[in-house]
Amino acid sequence: MLTILFDGIAYGMLLFVLACGLSVTLGLMNFVNLAHGAFAMLGGYATALLMNRCGVPFLATLPIAFAAPAILGVALERTLYRRLYGASPLDQVLFTIGLVFMAMPIANYFLGDQPQQVHLPLFLQGRVEWGGVGIGIYRLFIILVCGAIAAALQMFLIGTRFGAQLRAAVDDARVASGLGIDVDRLFTITFAIGCGLAGLGGALAADVVGGIDPTFPVKFMVSFLIVVTVGGSNGVLGALLGALLLGVLDVAGKYYVPSIGAFIIYAVMVAALLIRPQGLFARSGGR
Amino acid sequence: MLRAILRAGLAAGAIVAASAAFADDDVVNIGLILPMTGQAASTGKQEQAGAQLYLQQHGASVAGKKIALIIKDDGGAADVTKRLAQELIGNDKAKALMGFGLTPLALAVAPVATEAKVPEIVTAAATAMITEKSPYIVRTSFTLPQAAAPMAEWSLKNGIHKVVTFVTDYGPGNDAEKWFSDTFTKGGGTVVEQIRAPLKNPDFAPFLQRVKDDAPDAVFVFVPSGQGSAFMKQFAERGLDKSGIKLIGTGDVTDDDLLADIGDPALGAVTTHHYSVAHPSPENKAFVEAFKKANGGLRPNFMAVAAYDGMALVYGALEKTKGATDGDALIEAMKGASWISPRGPVSIDPQTRDIIQNIYVRKVEKVDGELYNVEFSTIEAVKDPFKAAKN
Repeated sequence: MLTILFDGIAYGMLLFVLACGLSVTLGLMNFVNLAHGAFAMLGGYATALLMNRCGVPFLATLPIAFAAPAILGVALERTLYRRLYGASPLDQVLFTIGLVFMAMPIANYFLGDQPQQVHLPLFLQGRVEWGGVGIGIYRLFIILVCGAIAAALQMFLIGTRFGAQLRAAVDDARVASGLGIDVDRLFTITFAIGCGLAGLGGALAADVVGGIDPTFPVKFMVSFLIVVTVGGSNGVLGALLGALLLGVLDVAGKYYVPSIGAFIIYAVMVAALLIRPQGLFARSGGR
Repeated sequence: MLRAILRAGLAAGAIVAASAAFADDDVVNIGLILPMTGQAASTGKQEQAGAQLYLQQHGASVAGKKIALIIKDDGGAADVTKRLAQELIGNDKAKALMGFGLTPLALAVAPVATEAKVPEIVTAAATAMITEKSPYIVRTSFTLPQAAAPMAEWSLKNGIHKVVTFVTDYGPGNDAEKWFSDTFTKGGGTVVEQIRAPLKNPDFAPFLQRVKDDAPDAVFVFVPSGQGSAFMKQFAERGLDKSGIKLIGTGDVTDDDLLADIGDPALGAVTTHHYSVAHPSPENKAFVEAFKKANGGLRPNFMAVAAYDGMALVYGALEKTKGATDGDALIEAMKGASWISPRGPVSIDPQTRDIIQNIYVRKVEKVDGELYNVEFSTIEAVKDPFKAAKN
């Protein structure tokens, strides 16, 4: 029972890191970025390739798994995304899903369709028993890392000048820029952080899902979107709670009723949308 | 001046000769339709290499004919497969079609083969009923029931009485589950639980925890080849190997092409399949060596062997018909054909046009620092149980 809860929390944390970037771009910048998964894939590939081809240790690849998609994110934001900030959601969806469809064959062309494995270092493998609860060490690692990221993000948004500027810019970009806030720069940095987090999530998820392959962006796309829908799209906390709720329900559902377990997250999403269309954990009146 | 005229004349002559050879009846075109891009691209790659190796080893001429392979990529999309088949038969006058990476792709071509009376040699797709869809379909790969049923028989004889089956919820997974469970229950075993995971399932944790709590003697697994590694890693991570639950399945899970990537968690998995790269026969040693040499060290897997044997089947049939390429004659010649494949002795069942072959029980072991499916028991001349059950 507790093992299931633990596994659920670990899975939820993973979903959180994968989805929180999306929550940031969607909630704070009002931009529907379906290509989010492609950045996650890039991070996963960065880790897998650096480990397998260059022998870089796992932990050392994680900053690169963050940096590489973040840099690509900046480049794409400067050249492509920013043109669509004011566009209709449909344009944004079509554009970003197009990016996904380009990213997948590119990955396939250069790296093949077989999953690239991430081989964890020994100290992250295995399992310990604490009071009868089986705990996978890597899952514990995921919970700790992702928990730390969530805390850091929340503090960053609430407690720093940058966070305050960002929230101001989101609420009213014109007034914010009138007050001397460099909204362009703000959005670029925010977007980069979102992409970087996706990459980090991809790198952490690689072992759990059996390696990174070119279909990775679509594998998690539905989960991302459900997390953001259920959690509400304005802020880190909503995404975190949404992800945890889904992770635990998904794992528990698949354990207790395997025959319908896969549908539980969809049922939760439908219920959540009926009760609180703005998201379960969103501030009322939030946008 | 004279020399220039001579040279021009020679060149013209050569062109005439070349075009004559092109239109020549002596060239037999064989269309090889494979998914070279997309999800199943690794299948295409292995199959292409297998077929080309056969051509390279045995020369292009047989029974006075010259064999030419025309390779087409269908990207794993059934409508493309069908169109390519029509083009190959209509424009290139292909006398046989080979390949077909997935079941829907093989099925899409069945009506084309029937109408054009051209043999369709299925060298990959493994759903049992494919060969029933056209009298011109012959198969050199395997069927899932053929691999899954012997696993149940072996388990019953080796102290495994309680099994949980774990399959991915799609055609082949359900096939494997049905044939394993039916055979196992009929033989007196108990299937405690049948778990089906959705095709796009990122995390196996809850299912594996359930298997662990069921505490069976073994868990029978069928997942699409890419997911095998995730399953096995988590199987080990969750300590199922240490709690005495054996991992059994069909050889798809421990595909030779992926085994190195899965790594040590695969050790000890027992599977039944028709081919292992470690099959200890001189034919296989020569095959593996030549294959690796021709493909930069790539390990052949069961797909490569099936394509290699598809070519062997065509060569054998042409020899029997003395070069006649009429579809009915070729199919007749293929029925009952038997030869020694790298996987061991194989033959084509004259009734069902499906392959009859040995199924081997293997265990993943480390040999010279590399992982292999090491065969330790053989069930000889297994027919497809799906069709055998109907007759």
